[in-house]
Amino acid sequence: MARAAVSRRSFLGHSYNLVGVVAALVILAWTLVAIFAPYILPHPIGEIVDDDYFGPMRQGLWFGSDYLGRDMLSRVLMGARYTVGISLAAVCIACFSGVVLGMIAAVTGGWLDSCLSRFLDAMNSIPSKLFGLVVVAAVGSSIPALILTLAVIYIPGAYRFARALAVNINTMDFMTVARVRGESIGYLIGSEILPNIIRPVLADFGLRFVFIVLLLSGLSFLGLGLQPPLADWGALVRENIGGLPFAAPAVIVPSLAIASLTISVNLLIDNLPQKIRDRNA
Amino acid sequence: MTNLVEVRNLRIEATTDAGRLVEIIRGVSLDIADGEIVALIGESGSGKTTVALSLMGYARPGCRITGGEINVNGKNMAALSEKERAKLRGTDIAYVPQSAAAAFNPSSTIMEQVIEVTRIHGLMPPEKARQRAVELFRALSLPDPEGIGARYPHQVSGGQLQRLSAAMALIGDPKLMIFDEPTTALDVTTQIDVLKAFKSVMRAGGIAGVYVSHDLAVVAQIADRIVVLKGGEVQETGTTAAILSAAQHPYTRELLAAFEPKPRQSHADADARTKQLLRIDNVTAGYGAVRDDGLPLIRAVDSVSLVVETGRNLGVIGESGCGKSTLARVIAGIHPAAAGDIVFDGKQLERAARKRSQDQLREMQIVFQYADTALNPAKPVEDIISRPLAFYHRLDRQARSKRVDELLDMVRLPRGLRYRHPSELSGGQKQRVNFARALAAGPKLIICDEITSALDTVVASAVIELLKELQRELGLSYIFISHDLSVVEAICDEIMVMYNGERVEQITPDKLKAPTHPYSKLLFSSVPKLDPTWLDGLVRDPELVSQYGHR
Repeated sequence: MARAAVSRRSFLGHSYNLVGVVAALVILAWTLVAIFAPYILPHPIGEIVDDDYFGPMRQGLWFGSDYLGRDMLSRVLMGARYTVGISLAAVCIACFSGVVLGMIAAVTGGWLDSCLSRFLDAMNSIPSKLFGLVVVAAVGSSIPALILTLAVIYIPGAYRFARALAVNINTMDFMTVARVRGESIGYLIGSEILPNIIRPVLADFGLRFVFIVLLLSGLSFLGLGLQPPLADWGALVRENIGGLPFAAPAVIVPSLAIASLTISVNLLIDNLPQKIRDRNA
Repeated sequence: MTNLVEVRNLRIEATTDAGRLVEIIRGVSLDIADGEIVALIGESGSGKTTVALSLMGYARPGCRITGGEINVNGKNMAALSEKERAKLRGTDIAYVPQSAAAAFNPSSTIMEQVIEVTRIHGLMPPEKARQRAVELFRALSLPDPEGIGARYPHQVSGGQLQRLSAAMALIGDPKLMIFDEPTTALDVTTQIDVLKAFKSVMRAGGIAGVYVSHDLAVVAQIADRIVVLKGGEVQETGTTAAILSAAQHPYTRELLAAFEPKPRQSHADADARTKQLLRIDNVTAGYGAVRDDGLPLIRAVDSVSLVVETGRNLGVIGESGCGKSTLARVIAGIHPAAAGDIVFDGKQLERAARKRSQDQLREMQIVFQYADTALNPAKPVEDIISRPLAFYHRLDRQARSKRVDELLDMVRLPRGLRYRHPSELSGGQKQRVNFARALAAGPKLIICDEITSALDTVVASAVIELLKELQRELGLSYIFISHDLSVVEAICDEIMVMYNGERVEQITPDKLKAPTHPYSKLLFSSVPKLDPTWLDGLVRDPELVSQYGHR
């Protein structure tokens, strides 16, 4: 068993392994950067500080300069704010609505389930980038619009996932017992179903967060995301793509930032601390 | 080496998720001679299946064979490499699992799966294997031996599937067969056919066997010798007759005691104040499309009427598929009836639970068979029991906590258990929690749907005793649904026999009203007795069996 091969330690009745801890630290670091970015910027993000464009890494400009000679370090730090913030907001909305609707559909069944499922399946069939394109073309590109668009795109997936899990729980006898007791739907989904599906739902949350980061970066790469001079990591890659032949850090650093965040989230999901069931130890 | 199997000082360890080592088998030794059938009996968790599996050199994930020798046919299974063991499995040693339904692959035909062993080990050409399989089907008295192989697993009954899995094990011509509770999931009427078939093939082939079970009466029919296990240690070994007549160890005596007829509680005084608690008139319910007359296509319960009086118990028995569980669900309103009246405590009840008043729901509680699925695995015992208190009685936190302690005392569970999750309890403890939750509501009637079927004999009889005591203290009535006659007889004042969705007859054990209907007779005569000669001496009316038996 692969899981047993990684050494696990225990803390507060949970066992965890090193990979999970490192991943959690990377995510924590990016979150802190996102929160405190304005206070730690070495230069304003719009200021041209280098005479050359695509400048190399050197003292004072640790990540080099971009295609206009702006400080890359400042832009990446500030980009974290948009990438992490927008994605987090979007994934919260998407997962909350999707999971609640999914559980309600599973518990209620009947026509409500059919209507919801068909409607969200239809939503699911719209290509996400195309949907983003249409919305941005219609209402323009603002941060709230971006968050909502991203959330709407990922609600059907979260709904499908939660409904599939909840349907299995719904057939258990304790659900029948609760129903015969006369419990309301709020209690059924909140107290009986949710505690049983919370782990896979959290894993799905993390996965969806990664998808949203990538989609947001993709939209920004196409120029549909944040508008200059603001830039999230995807936009940073796009605007500096011309530096690729020169191996400019300006294009490599934001790519690494996207990779480090998404890979860390995935590793954390796969290595969440596990509760130790053996109480005698 | 004189014996086929010689196990010496076997030790098996398991690693828990906290990295702690637990010794689950502590120095077990046992011998099996050629052609001998040895039964391993013991309660759940005694290590009987672990010992049986170790004969194939197999330990379940997380377990390790850490010491001792397992000599089977002159080879030490514990020391062989996995490749060498694989060669012996299916040819020298074969395994018949508990649930044949779960052991067959639903997407390929039975014949394919039965002869798979010969293909893997290259024992014989497929044509010959098919012929051999048909011979085995015939020997196991399966219907239509030529044609049954072409069917898929879902097209045959549970008892047939269990015999087919024995055919699968026998085709490699093994010297040793391991049976892991092969009849536990079957009805009594079916169990007899399967046991008879097993016994005759084993005897004809001179095959040695290990029979794992917790049912002493079944073991008495098939085994030559009995090994009693508890806590991973051998408690007692002896011939079947010796164990049954002169058991030494307290645990074995306890097992035997569970079979003794229990003194019935008398309800002579109850007759004076017979008050109808529940009356059901011509209730019909079923599944499938509703037809023009308002009745469903397939009727699981067909015009059943019954009466339960206050403080008295009604037993409902019948084999699986007779509609007894559907009846329970109809009464509780989980599966609304299509026709008929349900009168509870003098008031007409709505057919669907969601239309009944909260008090009506509270006064009638249902306890399900599988405590594993009836208790939410994500919640501690405390939360599970206190929910009805908060929901029906609106008790505050302190009052709830006090009441939970009282309820745990009532069902004889230590108070410390309240912080545990259901997965940390034994089967009997879970069933008690399941019952405590029903008690918490403060009901007048409790519907018990096969609540002892998943428990072993000793635990089941303890649970029954508990139910009786609580009845005396709280004046409850039970509807007790089971396929196990001895359980129903122990607790019920009236017994209703169901067959094919219909009520066949009602029997009153108190008044020694014996079964008269032919189906009831068949059912009553199919319950295994402790007498080892019972199965061989059993003569059943073939006409009856062909009419009612699901072969």
